[in-house]
Order: sequence, then C-alpha cells, then structure tokens
Amino acid sequence: MPNTPEHPCRITLGDEGPLLVEGPVEVTCADGSVAVSDRFVVALCMCRRSRMYPWCDTSHRRRTKPGEGPRRSAD
Amino acid sequence: MSPHRTGPSLPRARGVLSAGVTGYLRDEGALPDPDAARNADPYGDDLQLALYVCYELHYRGFDGVRPELEWDPPLLAVRAAMEDRFLTALRHDAPVESSLDEVLDGLLVEPVRGTGVSWFLQDRGELRHLRAYAAQRSLYHLKEADPHAWVLPRLSGRAKAGMAAIEYDEFGGGRADRVHAQLFADLMTDLGLDTTYGRYLDEGCAPMLTLVNLMSLFGLHRRLRGALVGHFAAVEITSSPASRRLADAMKRTGAGPAAEFFYTEHVEADAVHEQVVRRDVIGGLLEDEPGLAADITFGITATSFVEDRLGDRLLTDWQA
Ligand code: FES
Ligand SMILES: [Fe+2]
Ligand SMILES: [Fe+2]
Repeated sequence: MPNTPEHPCRITLGDEGPLLVEGPVEVTCADGSVAVSDRFVVALCMCRRSRMYPWCDTSHRRRTKPGEGPRRSAD
Repeated sequence: MSPHRTGPSLPRARGVLSAGVTGYLRDEGALPDPDAARNADPYGDDLQLALYVCYELHYRGFDGVRPELEWDPPLLAVRAAMEDRFLTALRHDAPVESSLDEVLDGLLVEPVRGTGVSWFLQDRGELRHLRAYAAQRSLYHLKEADPHAWVLPRLSGRAKAGMAAIEYDEFGGGRADRVHAQLFADLMTDLGLDTTYGRYLDEGCAPMLTLVNLMSLFGLHRRLRGALVGHFAAVEITSSPASRRLADAMKRTGAGPAAEFFYTEHVEADAVHEQVVRRDVIGGLLEDEPGLAADITFGITATSFVEDRLGDRLLTDWQA
C-alpha cells in the first residue's frame, strides 16, 4: 500500500511482542546493517531476543519449565 | 479417458470403505454401505483414506476419475456418514473445556524443553527422519493454505481482510516461485524426494490423513467456519518456534539451502501471521459473530489432538 497522507503507514503497538508495521519496509539497524521486507505487514522485534533481528521470531514468548503451564501440543 | 494425466493416481485401498470409494470412482463397483462408516475406526487407515479421496475431488481430482463425481449425490451421502463419524469422535476426544482466551494463552507459551517431533528432529534427526517427515507432510504442504481459502467467502470486514492478507502471503505475494507449496517442493528436491502432487499418498499414515481431512472438513463446511479459523490460528501460532527447530535440523544435517529456507521463511512469516490471525481474523470474526467462540476453541483443541497423534506416531516409528 502506498504511504501517502491519505493512507499513512499503519503501525500497531501491542502490550507485548513485536511492533507491527505495514510493509514494504527498509530497516536500518544500530550497526548500520539494512534489512528489507515486502511482506504486507512486518513484525519488528522489540524484545531484542530474536535470532532474526530486526524481525520478530516469537522469542519474546513466555517460557515454561517442564510440568508448568497449561497443556498444549508437544510440537 | 483423457490421453494425458489429469491428477494423481488413485491410492491403494486399505479396507472396505476405501476399496468401495476408489472402485466407484473408477466406475468399477458399488459404493460402500454408509453403515460401514458408522462402525469404522474414526481415525483408522480405511475411513481416513476414503474420506481423503472424497475430499481430493475438490482439490485436484485423480487421474482417470470423471470430474462430475465431485458432486455425485450417492458419493456425497457416503462422505457425509464418514464425516459424521469423524466429527463426532473429534468432539468427544478434543472437548472444549476452557475459554478461547485460556486456550490461546496455552499456545502462546513455549516450553524450555519439549518432547515433540520438532524437538526430536532438532536434537537427533538424521536425513532419513527428515525425508520421512517431509514425505508425510507433503500431503498437506503441496497444497499449503488451499483448504483455508474456502473460508474467505464466509468472512467479512476485518476478519476477511486479515485472512486474505495472510493467504496472499502463503500464496507467494503474487510470485509463483514464492508460493509456500512451491517452497516445500523445493525442500523436497533438496531431500531427494519426488515433488509430484499426490506421490506419497500411499505412504501417508492414518494420523497424517486425519490432519489433512480435518482442514478439508472445516474448510468445506460453512457451518464449521469458526473451527476452520481456530485450526488456522493454532497452526500459525505454533509454527514459528517449531519451524526454528526444523530449520536448525535441516542446517545441521546439511539438507540443503531450500530445505532450510522453507522453515526460516516460516519462522519469520508466521510470527506475523500469528499476530494478524489473533487480532484481525479471530478478533474480527468474534465482533461479527460472538457465538462462534466455542467453535473457534474447538478448532484449536481438535488441531492439537490430531497433531499430537501424528507426532506420537512418527516418534514411535523412529524410536522403535
Ligand atoms: S518481539 Fe518477538 S522476538 Fe522480540
Ligand atoms: Fe506457509
Ligand atoms: Fe503462515
């Protein structure tokens, strides 16, 4: 979607997890490296734990130890 | 009969239901009695294969099978009896005992150590395990996101826009070489597998057939649109962490760049899809139809149940 005054780029902030930004985007990281994505929405990592930084890889999720937390699929 | 192949070959039968259905499709025999469906193992090879064959008529069909049989009333009656057996069993075995929010929260925590298939493959998977895994999963991934497209006309507003946007991404964002089903075919090539659609149907184990049938069942019936959305959410939410483990397995075994890329692409894409499916697809659908919360929850619990059975089956085979 073009980024115009009538259709500004939409950014969504949640309680936790990534910042959602309408793509395509070009992101310049602190070390000067540049990441580009043309996905319809990108998820920018805010927790800095992602192995695919600057993109979120769900590493922000709460971790549970064995026997703790709700039942879920083992996969 | 057409001179060129029009789809995959019909599979070998695994019992009376699948023998009856495949024979009927070849114009060679009578349909099975619907009573045979009522008494069959709902997750067994025979019923699941027969149901899979019925559903495949809505995707690509089979070589030598008349396309009109997709909407053949006697065949649809047998299919309905099998669907009833399957859905009744699922509702019993994957009951909705918690609220949608609780079930979603359960999917959104990640164990420090898990025991499922993706953990096994990450830690100890050899190429032979990865090949066996990909051959099974090819029953779905070579038509990845197709069953979910059927829900689009049944959604509106935010839910429809969100679902269509995710599907567009699944279908490569307008580029044929980026269609996720194509990325999976590329993975199969890296692993030395045959990428022909339907090639591994005869090898498909009952739990894998069950998983694909779950999607087709939810996708084809408008009344199950809530369950389809719940199923899709469960897949998207659990995909990123599992895809990371599988990408690591592909890397460690030297499976090849396309094999690794299929999973790294899913780590990144599904971290986005998960957000959009929760906010817009589930959020939008519940705004439009608040009464569907229990069905969405059922779609999630049924998916976990069926995925767990598949994982147990694969791990049992590999650890025997
Ligand atoms: S916000 Fe998701 S991994 Fe950092
Ligand atoms: Fe995908
Ligand atoms: Fe996805």
